[in-house]
Amino acid sequence: MLRLEARPQPSAAMSIASPLIALALTAVIAGCLFTVLGKDPVRGLGMFFYEPLSTVRGVTEVALKATPLILCALGLAVCYRANVWNIGAEGQFLLGAIVGGGVALYVTTHGIAAPRWALTPVILLAGVAGGMAWASITAFARDRFNANEILVSLMLVYVAQQLLNYLVFGPWKDPQGFNFPQTKTFAAEALLPNLVPQSRLHIGFAIALVLVAVFWAFMFRSWRGFQLQVGGLAPGAARYAGFSARAALWTALLVSGGMAGLAGAMEAAGPLRQLTPHVSTGYGFTAIIVCFVGRLHPLGCLFAGVLLSMLVIGGELSQSRLGLPNALTGVFQGLLLFLLLACDTLINYRVRWRGALHRPAVTS
Amino acid sequence: MPAAGQGGTPRLALSGIRKAYPAVVANDGIDLAVLPGEIHAVLGENGAGKSTLMKIIYGVVKPDAGEIRWEGRPVVIPNPHAARALGIGMVFQHFSLFDTLTAAQNVWLGLDRALPLAEVERSIRAKAAEYGVEVDPERPVHTLSVGERQRVEIVRALLSEPRLLILDEPTSVLTPQAVEKLFVTLRLLAERGCSILYISHKLDEIRALCHSCTVLRAGRVTGVVDPRTVTSADLSRLMIGAEPPRLQHREVERGAVALEARGLSLERQDEFGVTLESIDLEVHAGEVVGIAGVSGNGQQELLAALSGEDRRAAPGSILLFGNDVARESPGRRRRRGLHYVPEERLGRGAVPTLGLAHNVLLTRREPVRAGGWLDLGRMTAMTQRIIERFNVRAGGPAAAARSLSGGNLQKYIVGREIDAQPGVLIVAQPTWGVDVGASAQIRAELLALRDAGCAVLVVSEELDELLEITDRLHVIARGRLSPPMATAAATPERIGQWMSGLWVGEGAVHAPA
Repeated sequence: MLRLEARPQPSAAMSIASPLIALALTAVIAGCLFTVLGKDPVRGLGMFFYEPLSTVRGVTEVALKATPLILCALGLAVCYRANVWNIGAEGQFLLGAIVGGGVALYVTTHGIAAPRWALTPVILLAGVAGGMAWASITAFARDRFNANEILVSLMLVYVAQQLLNYLVFGPWKDPQGFNFPQTKTFAAEALLPNLVPQSRLHIGFAIALVLVAVFWAFMFRSWRGFQLQVGGLAPGAARYAGFSARAALWTALLVSGGMAGLAGAMEAAGPLRQLTPHVSTGYGFTAIIVCFVGRLHPLGCLFAGVLLSMLVIGGELSQSRLGLPNALTGVFQGLLLFLLLACDTLINYRVRWRGALHRPAVTS
Repeated sequence: MPAAGQGGTPRLALSGIRKAYPAVVANDGIDLAVLPGEIHAVLGENGAGKSTLMKIIYGVVKPDAGEIRWEGRPVVIPNPHAARALGIGMVFQHFSLFDTLTAAQNVWLGLDRALPLAEVERSIRAKAAEYGVEVDPERPVHTLSVGERQRVEIVRALLSEPRLLILDEPTSVLTPQAVEKLFVTLRLLAERGCSILYISHKLDEIRALCHSCTVLRAGRVTGVVDPRTVTSADLSRLMIGAEPPRLQHREVERGAVALEARGLSLERQDEFGVTLESIDLEVHAGEVVGIAGVSGNGQQELLAALSGEDRRAAPGSILLFGNDVARESPGRRRRRGLHYVPEERLGRGAVPTLGLAHNVLLTRREPVRAGGWLDLGRMTAMTQRIIERFNVRAGGPAAAARSLSGGNLQKYIVGREIDAQPGVLIVAQPTWGVDVGASAQIRAELLALRDAGCAVLVVSEELDELLEITDRLHVIARGRLSPPMATAAATPERIGQWMSGLWVGEGAVHAPA
C-alpha cells in the first residue's frame, strides 16, 4: 500500500519538479481523453503542444495571449505571497480596459492629433489607474469593515462586467456600428505599437518581460517586498517587527489591481482595437492558475503564462481542426491546477510502500 | 520510594540505539532502562541527543541500529500511534495544538473512540482536578499562554492512562508552587506504577524528583547516577564536561529612567484576555528589572503594550527616554532604542521558513540601502557575526530559522537584538526550553548588556532565573503589577504569595534607589 511519509525538510527539487510532473500527468490524461473521444491522441496533443509553436504567427499569438496572463499573474503573486486573496483580477482587468480604452476612444472621437509615443503611455497608465481604483474598493472594504477580500474582489468582477456592458450598449456605442454593442474602432495613434511586423503581437509582451525582472527585484531584493512576504509567511513576526498589515494589504491590492488594469488596457488598445462586452476571455481567472503553476515566482509566472496561453490556443485549434468543444481548454486548465496541487504534496512528503519496510509493531 | 532500584523487568529498555543524520550522529550506542514506577531523568544539553532519543521511543524517528524492549519483549515502534497503543504518552516541548479549537476539542481530536465532546470536557475537568492542574476545557487555544497550553498537553497525555509518560522540560513555565503541585502529581502517577521519563536541564528539580538519571553528552551516555546521592556540580560535570560559569553580580551605578509605564491601563481585547490595571513600572539604564508571575496574568498584554504591538495605550502612559511612545509603532520605538525578544521564537521572533540572514531584517534596518533595496552581502555578514559572537549552532546564514534547535534560535534572536546595541531591551522567557550552557550564556549576555548601560526588562516565569539576574523584581497577577522589591530581599515564598495578588497592604519593599 502506498503511504506518505513526512520529509524532514521540504524538497527544493520537488518544488520545481511538481509543476512538470503535473504537466506530464495532464498530458497523459488529455491523451486518454482524446482516445475516448475517438481522436488520435498524438495529433490531439500536438494541437496543444506543437502546433501553436510551429509557425512565427503561432508563436506571436502564444506571446500575445500570454501577455495579459503574465501581467495579471505577476500582480497576483505579490498578493498571494502577502496572504491577500485577491481573486478579482478579472474585474480589475475590465476596469483597466474601460479606462484605458476610454482614453483611446476619447482620442478617437475628438480627433486629438497626438503622436503615438505620447499616447501609448497615457493609455497604459490610465489602465493601471483603473485597475488600481477597482482593487482599492476591495482594499478599503477589508481595511475599514474587515470585509473578506475574496468575496468582495470576486463580486466586483460582475459589477465591472455590468459597467462595461452599460458603456458599450449605451453611451459609448458606435453610432455607425449597426447597433452592435461595441465602440468605434480606435484611431491608429491610439493603438499600441507592434513588436513583430505582420502580427498582432504588440509591445505589451516586451513590457511584460521587463516587469518580470522588476517584480523579481521587488519580491526578492526590496525592503517593501520583504515586508509584504513576512506578513504572509508569519503574521505574528510581521506584527513583532512592526510591519504594517494595512500597508501590506493596500500595496498588494494596488499592485495587483494595477497590473491587471495594465493588461486590460493593452488588450483594448492592442488586439481588440475597440471595446466590446467580451474584452476578456477570463484572463483574470486563468491568471490565478498561472500564478500557482508558476510557484508565485515571477519567472515561473512567465513560463506558466506561456504554457496556459498554449492551452488556450490549442483549445481553439482542436475546435477548428478536430471538431472538439472549446471547453476542452477549461478542462485542461482545471486538470493542470488540480494535479499541481496534488503533486505539491510531494514537496513536503515522500511516497513509501507500506509493509515492505516496516514489520508489525510488536514482534516476538 | 517505589520501584526505583528494585529488580524486575524494566518497563522500557533501550540498548545500543544509534541514529545518524547526514551532518551529525545524534545518538550513538545509547542504553537506557526505565523500571515500572520509576521517575527517570534524561539530562543533557541541547544537541546532546535527548530529543532524538525521545522521538525514537515515541515512534517519530526510526533508529538506525539498536533494540527497544517493552516489558521484556523486543518491539518496533513505527509511529506514535503504535507508541500510544503500547501505553507511551508524551508531552512535547513544542505543542501540537490547533489555535482555533478549544482545549477540549484539541484533546478530542487525539482520541480514538467516538466520545461526545461534553464527555471529553467532563473527563478533562476530572483529570485536571485529580492531579491539580488548572485547565479550562472551553477556552480556545489561541487565547492561552504558553504555560496554559502546556497544561492542556499534560492533561491530554494523562487522559490516555499511560504506563510510560515522557515529559519534555515540563516545569519551565510553572510557579514554584505549581512545580511542587506537578511533582505531587508525578509522584502519585509513579506510585500507581506509571514510569516517567523526565527530560530536563534543571539539576535541582531532577535531584528533588527523580529516582535515577541518565546523562547524555554529544549523543552518548556519560553516566547513569542516582540523582538523590550526587551533587548538582557532579551532574553538571557529566552533562557539559565542566561546571557552568557562575554569573558575576556587579554593583552597577543605576542611570536615568529609560523605560517607564505610568498608570498604564488597557482593556482586554477578548474575553480570555487580561485587563491591565494602572501599571507603574520604571526601568533605569544599567539595571535588570524582572517581572515574575504565572503565565496568563497579563504578561502578554503588558509586553504588547510596551513593544508597540498593541497601540491602544493612553497617551503619556508609556515613556521611552522621556518621550511619549504610547501610540508609536514597534519600528519607531526600535529606532528610539527599544528592542524586544518575544516569548515565541518561531513565527514571531523569526519567520520559520526564511533564512537567518533574512530574519535579521525583522528588527534591523542596517542592510536596507537607500531606495529600499536589500544589501544581501550585509545581511549575510551581520548574520555571520551574530552566529559567531553568540555561538549559534546553525548551518550558516542561509539556514532556515526552523532548522535550528530552540536554544540556538533563542541565542540567534537574543544575539540579533543585543547586536543592535539597544538602549532598552525587553526579554520574555529568555531561557525557556534552552539548555544549561546556552541559558548561562544568554544570562551572561544580558548582564553584560546591563553593565554596558542598557536598561533590561525580563519577563519570566522561571523564578530562579529572575533571582539570579535581576536587580529589582515585580510580580504580575491578574493584570496588576506589584510594587518593586529588591531582588536581594526577595524570597521564593514572598514572591509566591505576591503571585496570588497578595501584596496589597503589605507595604512595598522598595529597592534602594
